Amino acid sequence: MKETPLSNCERRFLLRAIEEKKRLDGRQTYDYRNIKISFGTDYGCCIVELGKTRVLGQVSCELVSPKLNRATEGILFFNLELSQMAAPAFEPGRQSDLLVKLNRLLERCLRNSKCIDTESLCVVAGEKVWQIRVDLHLLNHDGNIIDAASIAAIVALCHFRRPDVSVQGDEVTLYTPEERDPVPLSIHHMPICVSFAFFQQGTYLLVDPNEREERVMDGLLVIAMNKHREICTIQSSGGIMLLKDQVLRCSKIAGVKVLEITELIQKALENDRKVRKEGGKYGFAESIASQRITAFKMEKAPIDTSDVEEKAEEIIAEAEPPLEVVSNPVLWTPGTAQIGEGVENSWGDLEDSEKEEEDEDGTDEAIILDSIKMDIGVEVSNIGSQDAPIVLSDSEEEEMIILEPDKNPKKIRTQTTSAKQEAPSKKPVRKRKKKRAAN
Amino acid sequence: MAEAGGITTESVAGDRARAARTMLDQVVLPGEELLLPEQEDAEGPGGAGERPLRLNAGTRSRGRVVCGPGLRRSGDRLLVTKCGRLRHKEPGGGSSGGGVYWVDSQQKRYVPVKGDHVIGIVTAKSGDIFKVDVGGSEPASLSYLAFEGATKRNRPNVQVGDLIYGQFVVANKDMEPEMVCIDSCGRASGMGVIGQDGLLFKVTLGLIRKLLAPDCEILQEVGKLYPLEIVFGMNGRIWVKAKTIQQTLILANILEACEHMTADQRKQIFSRLAES
Repeated sequence: MKETPLSNCERRFLLRAIEEKKRLDGRQTYDYRNIKISFGTDYGCCIVELGKTRVLGQVSCELVSPKLNRATEGILFFNLELSQMAAPAFEPGRQSDLLVKLNRLLERCLRNSKCIDTESLCVVAGEKVWQIRVDLHLLNHDGNIIDAASIAAIVALCHFRRPDVSVQGDEVTLYTPEERDPVPLSIHHMPICVSFAFFQQGTYLLVDPNEREERVMDGLLVIAMNKHREICTIQSSGGIMLLKDQVLRCSKIAGVKVLEITELIQKALENDRKVRKEGGKYGFAESIASQRITAFKMEKAPIDTSDVEEKAEEIIAEAEPPLEVVSNPVLWTPGTAQIGEGVENSWGDLEDSEKEEEDEDGTDEAIILDSIKMDIGVEVSNIGSQDAPIVLSDSEEEEMIILEPDKNPKKIRTQTTSAKQEAPSKKPVRKRKKKRAAN
Repeated sequence: MAEAGGITTESVAGDRARAARTMLDQVVLPGEELLLPEQEDAEGPGGAGERPLRLNAGTRSRGRVVCGPGLRRSGDRLLVTKCGRLRHKEPGGGSSGGGVYWVDSQQKRYVPVKGDHVIGIVTAKSGDIFKVDVGGSEPASLSYLAFEGATKRNRPNVQVGDLIYGQFVVANKDMEPEMVCIDSCGRASGMGVIGQDGLLFKVTLGLIRKLLAPDCEILQEVGKLYPLEIVFGMNGRIWVKAKTIQQTLILANILEACEHMTADQRKQIFSRLAES
């Protein structure tokens, strides 16, 4: 399917909100969404949820022949897939650009940083090495895929256990998990990607953009770091010009965030290890709650309402006092009545007639009607109790109110050759009045 | 999750078609068959073709029963096509018809239905029509003449990316949906281009129906908080505008959260907001 287009009003609203340092879900500029890590029953399987973005990671291993120019090193293989359930726009053939970009970034982050010791994956030099394969599937897309994917990849790798191998001379023995406990991979450090979205040509910056914010951003800066404050990868996309101190500031923020996330990962791994050791239940069935109607929970977003009171008082102070409501309709004939003085005939200007009508009626309505103006075509329920004029265009009833009984509401194309009559200008309004008076 | 209360009738053939009356407000699943009151009496406990004698024959009207969303007529029974709770509404006139039966189901994906008022986003202007994305499988077409006061010389001021509130005049599975911003009398009645500011967000279809129900408490409470403008589209889109961005965000978050909150939680949140 085609992606839902972003409307102008959403774009404008988001940019204005960002200028006021407000985000849609109530986060601060440097806040991450809630990260939740859950493990499956197999070693090496995990699901990472960054807000509503969900990535499933699975690690598997296989004994293969090594590459010719790297005879003593194991092989790492990373693959990120954008599942069709992640977003309606993801279709089997259509996602190439984004997919290539994400895969390249992930590879650079994990492979080039040498976070995994590939030498330890060698079994028999030149003949048998372990090939570690990391498969990541995006299950739901709510922005910031790269962060969630990098966390999922590193968590899955840390969680994974490969079968134990022993080499005695020429004999290689591969033990099954029942014979000997599987062995974890040797991981030097945990590189984690942190994304920064830039708006208004680099003036405003947000950490961990969600899907709406990603649509309106100008550029994206991704910094992959580990907890020792070593930068593994930096990538800036979108073509915005970044200043040196902006990049330095982002790297400092990334350092802080990576520390927090690494702690969270360690805690999650520790919990899972404890549960497995004590023989408790583990796996997705335990960690993903099953008593819910929908799979998503709305986290309580802390809403800052401290300035609502002041604004409300300002609004009340500035609001006009309620206008006098005319309560005596003048009955012309059975079925037609007049309330108020009516307004000037603006039929000479068809484009603005609709807006003008609404503006005029707005000033006539009492303050109570200000509270809800619902444009859903259903008449407002408290109109009947008031004497305010009913707008022709809103009401579905056939009550007609003559606003100007002495003026002809229809624009009559008269072909009179009277010297006073000049049809296509705005002046005729006044001229007609005089003509009537004369008649 | 699906078990019903009583099973009053079983047809002679043995399939478990139940009386619609007994299944009211219970969960029904796709594939279940429901019997209407007339058939239920005909296959009553008399069996073997005997009709029970009814002393007050004729009080129950045998008018037309309207089969609403989630139900389909199959032969002389109703077949359930969506899972949800079965509802019934008595006819207002008293004697006309046998009422409406429908299934209250929950979904996020919208399917265009004729007569629905929806919020659409203009994606293209081509010749005489606008292509409007309404969240369905195809973009709807909207003629530029379908606005109040529009003529061939006087075109409405609609740009790509604008929000439109309109209703469907053609919406079936065989054709591209068509919408208009004008009612049958030629008046706009609130439809047309939605103003420039404000926030558009998406919720489930069930929440929209709940909010648009006649006595919705949520809306009354929201209205007491501060002045706002709000437009509900039956395709799950809501447009909100309040005086400041902060208030608009609060409203959007409240309405999205109303989906999962109980009435008590909601009252708590509103009272907290009203105090502050």
